[in-house]
Amino acid sequence: MQILVCLKQVPDKDSRYKIDSAGTGIDEEDLVFETNESDQYALEEGLRLREKFGGEVVLLSLGGERVLKSIKNGLAMGADRALHLTGSEFQGSDASVVASAIRRAMATEAFDLVLTGVQSDDLGFGQTGTILAELLGWVHATIVVEIDIQPETRTVRVKRELESNLFEQVEIPLPAVLAIQSGINQPRYATLKGIMQAKKKEIKTLTPAILGMQPGDLGSTGSRVDHRRLFFPEKRKQTVMIEGEPEEAAKRLVEKLRKEARVL
Amino acid sequence: MSQETITRIQGGSFLIKEVSLEDVFTPEDFTEEHRMIAETAEQFVANEVVPRIEELEAKKEGLNEELLRKAAEIGLLGAGVPQAYGGEGLDQISSTILAEKTGRYGSFATTFGAHTGIGTLPIVYFGREQQKSKYLPKLASGEWIAAYALTEAESGSDALNARTKAALSPDGQHYLLNGTKMFITNAAFAHVFITFAKVDGEKFTAFVVERDFPGVSVGPEEHKMGIRGSSTRTLILENARVPAENVLGEVGNGHKIAFNVLNFGRFKLGASVVAGVRYVTNEAIRYAQGRRQFGKPIIEFGAIQHKLAEMAIQILCAESMVYRTVGLIDAAMCSIDKTSPQAAVETLKALEDYVVECSVIKVANSEILDFVVDEALQIYGGYGYSEDYPVERCYRDARINRIFEGTNEINRLLITGQLLKRAMKGQLGLIAASQRLLAESLSFPAPAEDNGSLLSVERRLVASAKKMFLLASGVAVQKYRDKMAEQQEVLSLLSDLVIGVYAMESLLLRVLKGVGRDGPARWGLQAKAAEVFIHSQLTALEDKTRQILAATSEGDELRTHLAALRRFAKAMPVDVIRRRQEIAQKLNEAGKYCLS
Repeated sequence: MQILVCLKQVPDKDSRYKIDSAGTGIDEEDLVFETNESDQYALEEGLRLREKFGGEVVLLSLGGERVLKSIKNGLAMGADRALHLTGSEFQGSDASVVASAIRRAMATEAFDLVLTGVQSDDLGFGQTGTILAELLGWVHATIVVEIDIQPETRTVRVKRELESNLFEQVEIPLPAVLAIQSGINQPRYATLKGIMQAKKKEIKTLTPAILGMQPGDLGSTGSRVDHRRLFFPEKRKQTVMIEGEPEEAAKRLVEKLRKEARVL
Repeated sequence: MSQETITRIQGGSFLIKEVSLEDVFTPEDFTEEHRMIAETAEQFVANEVVPRIEELEAKKEGLNEELLRKAAEIGLLGAGVPQAYGGEGLDQISSTILAEKTGRYGSFATTFGAHTGIGTLPIVYFGREQQKSKYLPKLASGEWIAAYALTEAESGSDALNARTKAALSPDGQHYLLNGTKMFITNAAFAHVFITFAKVDGEKFTAFVVERDFPGVSVGPEEHKMGIRGSSTRTLILENARVPAENVLGEVGNGHKIAFNVLNFGRFKLGASVVAGVRYVTNEAIRYAQGRRQFGKPIIEFGAIQHKLAEMAIQILCAESMVYRTVGLIDAAMCSIDKTSPQAAVETLKALEDYVVECSVIKVANSEILDFVVDEALQIYGGYGYSEDYPVERCYRDARINRIFEGTNEINRLLITGQLLKRAMKGQLGLIAASQRLLAESLSFPAPAEDNGSLLSVERRLVASAKKMFLLASGVAVQKYRDKMAEQQEVLSLLSDLVIGVYAMESLLLRVLKGVGRDGPARWGLQAKAAEVFIHSQLTALEDKTRQILAATSEGDELRTHLAALRRFAKAMPVDVIRRRQEIAQKLNEAGKYCLS
């Protein structure tokens, strides 16, 4: 089974964020980057599937030099090789641009399964996998908490997490794109052996030119999402005095809690 | 993975020679593999060890072994064991990174260090082929746990005065060992003890003793002040039957193994406390941000900022010393052909060469840890004194580091003792350098100008600190000559100068190397840390030099020396208060230690 695992590098969750001078993004200076949490579960899931069915786990990450850290960590955990999509033209690309770049990177490969994390911890769109599936014409499932491959029918039974403790079981044909929920397994440590072997593994660099993408398809020009303004949640504190008899005031309080604060 | 470009530098030569930046190893020189090894070790401790601290403190049976075996699964126990014997065979830098990153919780650091360091390395370095193939694969896989048993009730620092005896059986097949070893880490569950006994009552010899040999047993757990999550017991040898082939090295050569392994063990200890220092500082920063008094977080008060900045500066310094030293050791080890029959002897020599640096690191970093836990507890105030906060345990756990692996007092004597011994033998040019300096101090040369470049004053001050040592040691040697070894106060003060020089210089070189590579902007805060550290250290070293000079000279001679000392120490003070405030502000912004 050929498995592609997409990794995104995001700022470390404990970082203190500063909004950049343009007011549309985060100032990256002083930030420490790490592999997106749910992507790590996707990688672990991929490694387990390879152990069961054989084949290869190939990593893919898009970004500058720094994403090599996430790629190398993934290789040290046991992935076989990696695709590094890189080029300054990618800067500012949205999920649709990223997904089409991934599709192009997959063109010379024959994957049975693409695993992504459920969403990125920085932007939280949760769209890349879904758009990719659409571009590939494959079936996809999101918020996946269990994967059960049926090799004889070339299908996969997945358990999806819905709201309010509800789960959904679906069976979909392979090839497929699955977006993996955080916490569904225990990602393995990179062993010292794995770390030493990682440097011998192939990391293929793919630039927009190699992928056959034009500057107009990339970055903010090629993107459909436009970041207008980034700001911290504005704190608003308002005290409302509810006058009147206790019984009446309590009723109005409950109504406000229900309709305005929506906490009941 | 080793850094082949770094040239081999003679141990102790930092006192008389300038070091070029390319020859200084710093954490910024880590390879990608080093960085990943650090991450794996940190994650392991955070995910597997930290959640179980309470159980470990309560001495849950089997838990230490379980954790060591888990560590073995990802290769953490085998870093220093050659691949041929089931280990990873990694460089010294990787082993040091592991020692550092597993050090966050004192008890586990002790358990891990005793096994991988002083328990396993004697066999790696001094074992015969048959001993290596028998023991190393089991030790690397965690199937067997190792311990190191040297101390006895009557012989601690005076280790060679051991009472444990070994007598060869008439058929020459076994030694019968009799004696008791004290304070043995991992004794509750160790399968293998590296221990020492005097053959025929005089030839100090190392043995590999298995727990299951007849006549081997362990005593009850010690009730310790700290590191309660580690096991410490006596090893009792009552006519213990040890096969003759289990002699490690040569009969009568045990002291070489004991001291060289301890020497490296000391270095590893110095490395492992760095993680503890960092952890406690981070906890203190977070606490100071959350604790409000007089209407604002206490981290906004100068008195607290002073403490936190000093703690952060000390971390930067401790780290710089550790990695500079392992760079030296690794460069020396790299030049050894591991397959040669002389490999063991060469390894011995290489380790011996850096005995001064290893002791410096042990003393400096164990005292930095004590300083940091003390200040952290103070920041917590009354809450710090309560068991509800981890800083109380850290405070207790820290204390042993100044005692074990050679007390800091013994190590201080060893630092100066070794340097003077080498000087007397003509191996290290200390005497010539001292004489030059004494002549120079009489001729009143003009003080060197500072060229105004970044840290140029501090460079001069580090050179001045070296001169202080040369002046004080030169005068002391002239006075005491062959009675020098008896002057423990002077020897200890001299070693404080050595430690001060090494600490200041290691920090300075790291910052200069960083500035050279990344530019001054990225290293601005660290440069301030270096300024604060070097200026305050110099004042302290000047005082110690004065104490030595006053004890070793008088009258006009003393006056001349003091005049020279004043010239060395002359520097316009920098505003250390403002620099500390700037560092503390950055710590507050980052919410954690952020100088490296």
